[in-house]
Amino acid sequence: MNRFAWATPRTISEAAAAATTLVADAMSSDPTGPGVVTVLKAGGIDLLDLMKETLLMPATLVNLQQIPGLDSIHPGEGGALHLGSMVTLATLASHPLVRQRYPALADAVSRSASPQIRNVATLGGNLLQRPRCWYFRAKEHHCLRKGGDHCFAIPGENQYHAIFDNSPCAIVHPSTAATVLVALNATVELIDAKGTVRRPLLVDFFGPPDQDIMRENNLKPHEILTAVLLPAVPASVRMAHLKQGEKDSIDWPLADVAVLLDLTPDKMCKSATVILGAAAPVPHRAEAAEAALIGKHIDEDIARQAGRAALNGATPLSHNAYKLPLFETLVHRAILAAAG
Amino acid sequence: MTKLADETLRTEIFPYGIASVGLSQVKRQVPLDEPPPLPPNDDLLFIGKPVPRQNGRAMVTGEIHYTADINLPGMLYGRILRSPLPHAEIQAIDISAAEHHPGVRSVIILSPPGDPQTAVLRYVGAPVAAVAAVSMAAAEEALALIRVSYKPLPFVIDMDEARKPIAPLVFDAASAPGGHPAGAPSALPLNGNVRGPSTVSRGEVVQGFAQADVIVEAEYRTQVQTHCCMEPHGLVADWRADGLTVYISTQFTAGVRHELAEAFELPLSRVRVVVDGMGGGFGSKSMLGNYGRIAVGLSRKAQAPVRIVLTRQEEQMDAGNRPATWQHLRIGAKHDGSLTAISLVSYGTAGVGLGAGVGNVAEALYTCPNFESAQNDVFTDAGPGSAMRGPGNTPGAFGMEQAIDELAERLALDPVALRDRIDPSPRRREERRIGAEKIGWQHRHVPGADAGPIKRGIGMAQSIWASNVQINSACEVRVLRDGSVQVLSSVQDIGTGVGTVLAQVVAEVFGLHPEDVVIRIGDTDFPSGPPSHGSRTTASITPPARTAAWRVLQLLLADAAVALNAPVDVLVARDGRIQVRDNPAKSMSFRDVAAGLRTDSISAVATRSDDYPGFRHKSGDAAQAQQDLGGVQFAQVVVDTETGIVRVERVVAVQDCGRPLNPRLIESQVQGGVLMGVSYALFENRIIDQNTGRMVNPNLEEYKVVGIREAPQIDVTVLENYQGNSATDAYGIAEPANIATAPAIANAVYNAIGIRLRSLPMTPSAVLAALGKVPQGNMTS
Repeated sequence: MNRFAWATPRTISEAAAAATTLVADAMSSDPTGPGVVTVLKAGGIDLLDLMKETLLMPATLVNLQQIPGLDSIHPGEGGALHLGSMVTLATLASHPLVRQRYPALADAVSRSASPQIRNVATLGGNLLQRPRCWYFRAKEHHCLRKGGDHCFAIPGENQYHAIFDNSPCAIVHPSTAATVLVALNATVELIDAKGTVRRPLLVDFFGPPDQDIMRENNLKPHEILTAVLLPAVPASVRMAHLKQGEKDSIDWPLADVAVLLDLTPDKMCKSATVILGAAAPVPHRAEAAEAALIGKHIDEDIARQAGRAALNGATPLSHNAYKLPLFETLVHRAILAAAG
Repeated sequence: MTKLADETLRTEIFPYGIASVGLSQVKRQVPLDEPPPLPPNDDLLFIGKPVPRQNGRAMVTGEIHYTADINLPGMLYGRILRSPLPHAEIQAIDISAAEHHPGVRSVIILSPPGDPQTAVLRYVGAPVAAVAAVSMAAAEEALALIRVSYKPLPFVIDMDEARKPIAPLVFDAASAPGGHPAGAPSALPLNGNVRGPSTVSRGEVVQGFAQADVIVEAEYRTQVQTHCCMEPHGLVADWRADGLTVYISTQFTAGVRHELAEAFELPLSRVRVVVDGMGGGFGSKSMLGNYGRIAVGLSRKAQAPVRIVLTRQEEQMDAGNRPATWQHLRIGAKHDGSLTAISLVSYGTAGVGLGAGVGNVAEALYTCPNFESAQNDVFTDAGPGSAMRGPGNTPGAFGMEQAIDELAERLALDPVALRDRIDPSPRRREERRIGAEKIGWQHRHVPGADAGPIKRGIGMAQSIWASNVQINSACEVRVLRDGSVQVLSSVQDIGTGVGTVLAQVVAEVFGLHPEDVVIRIGDTDFPSGPPSHGSRTTASITPPARTAAWRVLQLLLADAAVALNAPVDVLVARDGRIQVRDNPAKSMSFRDVAAGLRTDSISAVATRSDDYPGFRHKSGDAAQAQQDLGGVQFAQVVVDTETGIVRVERVVAVQDCGRPLNPRLIESQVQGGVLMGVSYALFENRIIDQNTGRMVNPNLEEYKVVGIREAPQIDVTVLENYQGNSATDAYGIAEPANIATAPAIANAVYNAIGIRLRSLPMTPSAVLAALGKVPQGNMTS
């Protein structure tokens, strides 16, 4: 790890002014030596990984932990919920309003990483962490996402990689929370040094590789992700999240699924949202699965049909076709779990 | 036996047999200077009792010092530059910029160009050069300043590819390693990348198969399991004008001293090897290692102590691993289950190393008159294998114990009943009986019987392992004038708690408490102890400890006899006193006896004598007792046939280790063996990219090791198996506790789903594929 300076601003605008460079840009600008860049640090979990691997060698880290107000969870207008970006995953998972209104989110977050990491990692950092592709994470592989001219995963070891939209880069989005947040139609709040505020939908904030192969989102330099806003969920909406890793302790998902169903009292589905995580470079909406549910009474058969439909458009790689039956199962089970 | 006439021996009667079956007696000839037989554990105060680990508190509070905690004045930090390529020749190497770095004190080239013996690198991670600097940061900066010109050479990673005649050659005949420290035969042919076969044969195999009513035949595969010791490999080397001291995380202080003396041309008397806290070795820390030589070389050049502790990435690439194997097994049997022939062909790869055989499970576990095996090593451009908990037999049991279950099914016999017929070991018979009862074997259903997608099953498998003994093992016991006691040996506690066991054995002799006995081990300035590999530590060092204590006690009893005015042969040591056996009132305290010593301390050094009935095999310092170690494990699994997830709910492990000296510590080791087996069965897998030769999971994130949520309930039972073989009659436990776990799980998975998984690890990908649920081709619609 390189030596670096440490800055602790007290306001968003100070921090945004200092943050010259996105982590993604810092990683591609000078892969061989310490740079002159300044990057933001939230919990620091992902940043530390990247720095220890010398994939990222920032001159200065701007610590966001001393800025007041970024770590609060409070009700917003019209039944919405405001989640500060510096809220830790542990706080998020245990917050009464989150558990009560968005149980699928509490479930997803409570199963992320390890207890130690959840105590430090933040919601904002979780959404902005870089992908876990093992070629991307090793300095020796100068891959497409780091400005190289070659994807090592597609002809190589791709058992943990994407089954949808996996060319030219086969990463999966690393955030499990994002699977549920996209399903919940969450918005992110971004503020720059001048105080300009952007509030894109999370789904629009994320970008697939064919949009930008080196960035997973459209965060701009000098911009800070300050909050995630969750819209109110009608009482008729039921939700579930399922995650399956090879291990249950401290492991990334092989597959995770978030399902939201708006049901009539006799379980007729008025609308459905099915989002697959660890499936594609961004959280993947299984539109065919949603279509298979709408207007139907949710039962075992319909859930199974939707599970199969969720695989529409999949393009598995040489070592990851096993994810197809896995997703089929998780979608089917998540639908039944949501429908209760 | 001619020994009967030997005047240095006396006849003694020992308890004999398996306690839960019923004990008898056996006569043995015992050296006159060794103690009388121990009674069974029930009649002892400390031996066989669950005495708490002496250093347990220090371990969990961080008081114990591991190698990475050692800081010597002026100590430098060593780092190793490693090959980024799987096969390359170094054409030039320039260390001048690194040498000029202000923080650098020494730089050494490990792979000098020009000489093909040194300039060719054969795996990613092979050492190229090393630096010692005043800080870790300076060392890393200096590594980046070393300029190396590599000429890439063709390479091969996959074992099946490496076996093909057209495969790139890892070695030529001149450069290929010949021998192996574990004792592989050295005069085997090398064809392409294949070295072997090493063959064993008995009887007439062709005839045996001709006589068979049923023949089962299948192939099995096991993966590379890397060493993931909690404490990485490391040492502090302190080279001084008057000698070399090395603080190293090691399984064998005395062996490392020999290696250092030879490598650096020093007399043994000027080399000292020390280990205090030791965070696991599992076979990978038995030798000095390239990192050890490098640290000493850097220290000699820099004239300062140097610490090298490998990173987790270095651990994964270059700290040893359990080789991958491919096994083809063919077994013939009569309708009644009796075996008529076994044939085994195996290929295994230890990367650039040797030792990828599958052991003696197929050869020795069951009675079969006709047997043949041909085992081969295949070189690949990958980091070298090393011994790992039950080397050979752990992958070997995965194949053989599934094949025996397949045979049982073909014969319509219960797997336990078949083994009762063909397994000659009375220990495993009793272990099967106990284990079957505990797991509820009688409730076992037919394969795949559960309705619905979640299916449970139970299965069992067996272990065989030699009862190893290091006869070059010595221990000193001292009693000091204040009545305190020390035990001294270079034997190391690699985490198993052997120090506590030594305290129990010595306390039992002196009639003291184990906590009264001070253990000084892990230092070659003390008498040479055994290595802690091959499950031999307890078997090798506890007999000399008891013998040495008994000899010191004889001196104390002689003094006490004078003081008490009683004949020496009626005196016993008990409850901190020396007393007349039948008259406790006539006694004096142990402390008072010691106070009368002529010198500050008295001591005796004892060595490991041969087992009283002789060894089955003896070669150099190593020997094997007459009886093998057994071990039978039962596993209960649950398989989700829609996700491919396998979880082990319960393991019943029934093991034997001669006389158990400390059930609590044994249970702990068995739990570790089972967890390591669960991890091997379901998770661990070194994954190397075939296109670049680089390991893609050189960490503990994507190299998956069993975690707490995947840990089964583990139920441990240990037989008391008395043989009358030594002053303690104890043998090892570490390896047999690991060997049977993976095949027991595989047999349980078969019982759950009715489909046999013949390769490891049993990941969701493998399970779903075995169930026929993974589509071929892509799903684009």
